[in-house]
Amino acid sequence: MVVGAERAAAAAGSAETVQVSRLTRLLENEKLLAATLLAPGVLILALFIAYPFVMALWISVTSVRVGDPGEFVGLANFTKAWNDSIFQTAFRNTFFYTFWATIFKLILGMWLALLLNRSFRFKRIVRASMLLPFIIPTVLSAFAWRWMFDPTFSVMNWTLYHMGLITDRLPFLSDGDWAMWCAVLVNTWRGMPFFAITLLAGLQTISPDLHEAASLDGANAWNRFWHVTWPLLLPVTLVVVVFSVIQTFSDFQLIYVLTGGGPANSTHLVATYAYQIGVASGLLGEGAALSLFMFPVLFAVVWVQLRYLKRMDGA
Amino acid sequence: MKRRTVLKTVGAGVAATGMEGILSTQRAPVFAQANTVHILRWNDFVPAADKVLREVYAPEVQKALGIKLNVETVNANDIPARATSAIQSGNGPDIFMLLNNYPHLYASAAVDVGSLADEVSKAQGGLYEPAVQLNRVGGSWVAMPWAVVPGLIAYRKSWFEEVGAKEFPKTWQAYHEFGKKLKAAKRPIGQTLGNTFGDAPSFTYPLLWSFGGQELDDKGKVVLDSKETLESVRFMVQFWKDAHDEGGLAWDDSNNNRAFLSGDISAALNGASIYVAALNGADKFKTEKGAPLHTDILHARLPAGPNGAHAYHTAFSHMVMKYSKNTKGAIEFLRWAHTKENYEKWFVVQKGFAVGPTRDWENHPMWNNDPVMLPFKTAPLAQSRLMGHGGPPDKRAAEAWNKFIITVMYAQAASGKFKPEETVKWAAGELAKIYT
Repeated sequence: MVVGAERAAAAAGSAETVQVSRLTRLLENEKLLAATLLAPGVLILALFIAYPFVMALWISVTSVRVGDPGEFVGLANFTKAWNDSIFQTAFRNTFFYTFWATIFKLILGMWLALLLNRSFRFKRIVRASMLLPFIIPTVLSAFAWRWMFDPTFSVMNWTLYHMGLITDRLPFLSDGDWAMWCAVLVNTWRGMPFFAITLLAGLQTISPDLHEAASLDGANAWNRFWHVTWPLLLPVTLVVVVFSVIQTFSDFQLIYVLTGGGPANSTHLVATYAYQIGVASGLLGEGAALSLFMFPVLFAVVWVQLRYLKRMDGA
Repeated sequence: MKRRTVLKTVGAGVAATGMEGILSTQRAPVFAQANTVHILRWNDFVPAADKVLREVYAPEVQKALGIKLNVETVNANDIPARATSAIQSGNGPDIFMLLNNYPHLYASAAVDVGSLADEVSKAQGGLYEPAVQLNRVGGSWVAMPWAVVPGLIAYRKSWFEEVGAKEFPKTWQAYHEFGKKLKAAKRPIGQTLGNTFGDAPSFTYPLLWSFGGQELDDKGKVVLDSKETLESVRFMVQFWKDAHDEGGLAWDDSNNNRAFLSGDISAALNGASIYVAALNGADKFKTEKGAPLHTDILHARLPAGPNGAHAYHTAFSHMVMKYSKNTKGAIEFLRWAHTKENYEKWFVVQKGFAVGPTRDWENHPMWNNDPVMLPFKTAPLAQSRLMGHGGPPDKRAAEAWNKFIITVMYAQAASGKFKPEETVKWAAGELAKIYT
């Protein structure tokens, strides 16, 4: 029995050796090795990005309603959305919101980064605490802002009134234009730390010698910023702006909590309106079509970014 | 180890874990099929009612039927989103509480509860007629009516008297006149015209109907763009400016409660939750003279227009979901909850905020406790119209309701962004897209 077992073990061992060497030989092939290493990532992307996207494409060309599989309707959902006045408002709002929020985040984020790049006491604590708006979940901070903008109990109205600066309440959320600017303000407040920290990281890679040399050549603070800091910071800035545009353009939570798309649908973004139609009203096909209107815009933004990065690599 | 030994060992292991039975019957194990019923409802405006579900119903139904009741509550505005995701994924609560005509939207995902509806209707004096229209789809009862939350105007008796109103105004014109005086005294009327499920459409639909406007004619054609609708919008623009707290454009269903209780508004269309909160917090909520606030609150129906007075009361129903693995348990729970003895425990803590789905509940002795709540007792009888009027309250009417089209029609004009003619045309156009 013992001899038999030894023989079996030896046979198994030699089979294993053959297998291992075969596997090693296979993996020596670079293409195969690359494919093996990439497979898990590709699988995750396929499952969680590609599949939902393809499903959204399919659903958008059908009349799927909640609990009803629907049928193929071609581009009818897209045509309906395009002719929908609420969608047109939401589409315009999305550009307005993204444009102004990104501009403010960039200007204020740059200003903050330049300030934080200086030496002062408690620098680390200040830098860390600056991230708070970014760390707090959007839903919570949006609720806090909603309370501050409350039509009846706004602490801001109360303060301004008691300071004698206003005689009547300001319509923070009850006027469409005001509500849109309030949303831009909250988005700026929330997104500015991301800009500041990333730009600060970029600033710290710029050699102080360059500024020193510029100073010796007689450049003032503005010239040093414009001719030294800004060109060197441009690659980082572009990446941050592109990421911010993507996030802001597809924003949902902030508007959903702060205004719910109101008053009178005047603050709907594409994402919140797609949610109202697709999820709240159960018109899944139409909701998918609405949300896909964001795709060409976001695709263009990503394309610009990739092209720029490629050019940078080339340089 | 021989192959046969391995197979035997694995086989024994499978048998020991119960997998053999599961694989042969192709059913989930017993522990996953325990008699649990998961019910999803709104966060009740009367918190004591949610307490009854969790602290009274749950232990008692466990004892009586062996059902483990899992109660989950969410914001009412989030229920449609939860229902959609549950139905599409085929997984979620066994019972959904639905508002208004949502049962029409989700009809294909519902279990027929016709026998329960017939049983309760017969035993308890008959279900209210709107409940039948809201919950019967294509001859099937797709949801079981649970309660009605009447929308009446809660108003400050003394403040109305101070501007000369000895009783609550009977017409919109009179309400406008008194409202103007109240706003001048910094006591405006508080009304939401926001994108919200309850108080906004409960106000705007009856306003439209009372001026003679309606969504459809009897052939199903959209007839919203009419002289009568335009009149109602014109009236609202002036009424809003003269008499209302204009912040109401951004209110949800809870803002008017807070504004009323803090003494910022003189009247609000609402369920009885304002009064119930004032009653429960008599020490906290006072009038400017120091008396308990509830002693200065009365309730009235919406005023009449050229086409009479109308009302919309929010309906609450329970839908048993087809995907549920325990539909039998879910229906049994509802049958148990609808017995007079059990329903009463929930009904009495509502103090009239929600009334029963059948006429028998009008005779409950609770109504003798507080004359201020009496207008709620028979309020459902005054409801003769539902959304989509002229046609049925079907899923197209639900879509229009969910898109807040009628409410936005008034809000756009009240905000001054649209002229009345423009907003009426816009709303009629939006309705036409839904109905064609």
